Amino acid sequence: MSFTLQRRRLLQAGAGAGALAALPSFAQAFDWKRYAGQHIEAHLIKSPRGELLQRHAKEFEALTGITVGVDLVPEQQSRQKVSIEFNSKKPSFDVVQFGYHVQKRQFTRGGWLEDLRPYMAESGAEFDRADLLPSALATAILPDGKWDGMPLNLDPFMLYMNKELFAAKGIAVPKTVAELQAAALKLHDPGKGIVGMVGRGLKNANVPLWGIFMLGEGGQFLNGAKLATDSPEAITGATIYRDLLTKTGPAGISGFNWNEAQSLFLQGRAAMWIDSSGFSAPLEDPTKSKVVGKVGYAAMPAGTKKRVTATFSDGIGVSSYSANKGAAWYFVLWASGTQMQARLLSGGGGAPIRASGFSNKAELSKINPEYLQALADSLRIAVPGLPVIEPVTEFRDTFGIALVNVLNGADPAAELKHATADFQPVLDKSEKPA
Amino acid sequence: MIEGDRRRLLCFALPAVLVVLAVAVFPWGFTLWMSLFDWKIGSAAHFIGLDNYIGLASDTRFLWSIVRTLVFTALAVGAPLVLGTFAALVFHERFPLRGLLRGAFTLPMMATPVAIALIWTMMFHPQQGVLNYLLSLVGIPPSAWVYSPALAIPCLVLVDVWQWTPLVMLVVLGGLASLPTDPFEAAYLEGASRWQTFRHVTLPMLMPFVLVAAVIRMIDALKTFDTIYVITQGGPGTASETINLYLYLQAFSFYQVGKSSAVVVVFFALVIALSLLLFWLRKRVNYHD
Repeated sequence: MSFTLQRRRLLQAGAGAGALAALPSFAQAFDWKRYAGQHIEAHLIKSPRGELLQRHAKEFEALTGITVGVDLVPEQQSRQKVSIEFNSKKPSFDVVQFGYHVQKRQFTRGGWLEDLRPYMAESGAEFDRADLLPSALATAILPDGKWDGMPLNLDPFMLYMNKELFAAKGIAVPKTVAELQAAALKLHDPGKGIVGMVGRGLKNANVPLWGIFMLGEGGQFLNGAKLATDSPEAITGATIYRDLLTKTGPAGISGFNWNEAQSLFLQGRAAMWIDSSGFSAPLEDPTKSKVVGKVGYAAMPAGTKKRVTATFSDGIGVSSYSANKGAAWYFVLWASGTQMQARLLSGGGGAPIRASGFSNKAELSKINPEYLQALADSLRIAVPGLPVIEPVTEFRDTFGIALVNVLNGADPAAELKHATADFQPVLDKSEKPA
Repeated sequence: MIEGDRRRLLCFALPAVLVVLAVAVFPWGFTLWMSLFDWKIGSAAHFIGLDNYIGLASDTRFLWSIVRTLVFTALAVGAPLVLGTFAALVFHERFPLRGLLRGAFTLPMMATPVAIALIWTMMFHPQQGVLNYLLSLVGIPPSAWVYSPALAIPCLVLVDVWQWTPLVMLVVLGGLASLPTDPFEAAYLEGASRWQTFRHVTLPMLMPFVLVAAVIRMIDALKTFDTIYVITQGGPGTASETINLYLYLQAFSFYQVGKSSAVVVVFFALVIALSLLLFWLRKRVNYHD
């Protein structure tokens, strides 16, 4: 879904009028006050998505007459709290925010989320399925057609570049991973405190970055129910990952998460950085960044087999144990609607799941056009950044450790073989019926 | 009459007994019981007997976490004992501004561990941390500090020693103040040097206090979680993964209730064994005997 297409949709919406302008006509057809007087509790994650919903919750109350209590919890604590509460079958919340890549499979297997299809059917044009981007639909709909959560955003990895350093060495934006490696080598200048590339080396956080290189080589995480993580493509991906981060990266890279990498890039001491599009906001903030106006944005360069990037999503759903499921659905509908999606984009919280989220001119004017183009390009090539399995945390842990060992000198083939052998029994066990 | 008194006394004790049963005995019994199950949150629990323990015995990652815990504990107990005892001897002497300096020396102990850990994390940063900047001033090449697998545990020990040496100093200082003066006068009259007085008079008399400090430090070091979690999260890789970090991962990231309960039981046995060892040592070195 390209940026151009969003503009076309904007025109379709009617002579430059944004989707917001169309809202009153929907409001007349759709009874937002149906559950007025009810109260719901929303468990949200402390993130740009959760904070945005909390900030505008009063608007939801005014629109629907439903009162909402918001519990905003840091991500790690939220994961523990939500799992334990769902397991008790008496959760304290009606609406829950979750990470698709870490929690969703567990929630679905537990039957903890309400199937939203009947609610969507009732909501008709207000829900507007045709407006949802293909990658959002691919994230949301389960293989059996069940739809028990709504994505809130898409967050593809992209390439950040220091244009000043690129210009000084006359280097063009890399189009392939081979060009990326060559550029990193040319830009790497330890004597001046400049590294060619920075990215995630920290255990767990490092898996998606390796995954991008592996997928670009034509590899995959799973082949049916079996791991394909020790394939030649996976090993080549790990070798590219290692070479980039060790030969052209900073010292101590195996302790770097996104924040350390971002910090180095903000200081102007990294020529390139590959990470999530949701971390772009500080780069153009003069109070935090020394590279304001110098940042270039691009979609991930192509591997030898495929041009691909990893994407992640936060989602939101209705608890199966809620006594006010209708009111809870209204919150989900509002949270994933056009207006909130446009705000999400302009606030740097990632890409909207709706085409109309790109159509609000006022919000679009707040965004760097180059960033927006890179985001649209990235969405076109985005695939899930982790395998869709229930023990995904264990997967990240096992392969994260293997990658750290690779960064510290171990053989990629041996480490991946070892990690694959270690993890396959965990995967087999998780797929057995309870 | 006596029987009636006994019943009444038992009634008075009953609330305390019930509280102990509810907050100590029951959780322990339940943990032991859960350790016999294969139970992941969200799935059904299956009784598997001692399989969790058998699995742990052959889990190299768990076994290495025990080794790291013991290494960390040995260093984080030994170094503060030596430094804290030395500091106590210094602060026991009279010199100008002694009170002020004593107060300043104890400041690290009063700070919140997580806040300390965050500050040290910034200081350890290989590119932007102050430690490498200081090294560069004297011409020493930069270090990767906690970002290096080989240096992670020593760096974490450094933070722990910096924070908890003052505690040892306070305990030993209290001991020094309570020592009788006669043996020191006798040693002086016999012509003992300062070192001989310290080695053969002060230190033996101080040992019970040093061992109390050692027990406190050992329990603290064994259960250290916050600073390690904030600074390295057990990494790079598993380079600083102690039992507590391993336990946290199994319980709160993987939701393996049965396995993590078994880890708790093994950890508890380890703490008890080490505590008994120290108490036995304390009896052996009591100078009154």
